[in-house]
Amino acid sequence: MVLPATGTQSGHHMAEVATHDAHVTSTGLSNVKLGMWLFLGSECLLFGGLISTYMLYRGRVSAGPTPEQIYDIPFTSVSSFVLLMSSLTMVLAVSAAQKKDDRGTNLWLAVTALLGATFVGGQVYEFTAFYNEGLGFTTSLFGSSFYTLTGFHGVHVTVGIIMLMALVAINKRSKVPGSKSETVEMIGLYWHFVDIVWIIIFTLVYLIPV
Amino acid sequence: MSTETAHDTHAEHGMSTRGYIGIAVILAAITALEVSTYYVDFGPLFLPALLIMMVVKFFMVVSYFMHLKFDNKLFSWLFYAGLFLAVGVYVAALGTFHFFIR
Repeated sequence: MVLPATGTQSGHHMAEVATHDAHVTSTGLSNVKLGMWLFLGSECLLFGGLISTYMLYRGRVSAGPTPEQIYDIPFTSVSSFVLLMSSLTMVLAVSAAQKKDDRGTNLWLAVTALLGATFVGGQVYEFTAFYNEGLGFTTSLFGSSFYTLTGFHGVHVTVGIIMLMALVAINKRSKVPGSKSETVEMIGLYWHFVDIVWIIIFTLVYLIPV
Repeated sequence: MSTETAHDTHAEHGMSTRGYIGIAVILAAITALEVSTYYVDFGPLFLPALLIMMVVKFFMVVSYFMHLKFDNKLFSWLFYAGLFLAVGVYVAALGTFHFFIR
């Protein structure tokens, strides 16, 4: 809830608040940030459901290849490493934004988007290879649950890339509304979240055998 | 009512660039160790080691890159409430399907 400023505040302070487009809130915390953390908490339930479904169905292969026959661990390890490193570049973008370094912010946001695109490209390659080896979406319960889980994650990464590129474009025109560092931080939180979801998927889906 | 603004509380926080790089190096090393379990036989330690490494990486990213360690505790409550609710609900669901005793 956004509350109006109190009468005890000086005119100077009010002008300063207006300049920074900040709001006085009942908690003293940013409502945008509270909303983002609440959203990420609810996303845990979404991905928890998808991961649990995969864990139940990963051994159910009535037709087509099994996970052991089809997974390419060295390839997935490299794409996991790329996504992990994109978290570093993202946090450097947030740090640059807090220091009001526009050039650094844009650079690290673009590098993060590039690393994310590399990860998604790897996922498209993986899906194509799996399909060519006989694993379609309806081939088996394993195939359905695998594509649903990793596909949902891939869509999240893609949405993140779009947000990053849009932010770079808006920031170059100096038209980021409100607190710029907070906007970068919010997109950063979302980006780190897709990274931590992949940390779990990489271990439970790829590294632990059926 | 607090006269503190949301902008004020959104002050710079976290670590130095060097600190972030240090965390990334540790995460990369743990990932390399995780991948090594695919090639090296860890015996009975295989599963617990992998799960521990996964949890350590998860909390390192959440604590340091997402700044939960340095931020207001309310943010931690919101996130961990969702996380632990999800873990509880889905561990119970998997248990119902006898997943852990197969």
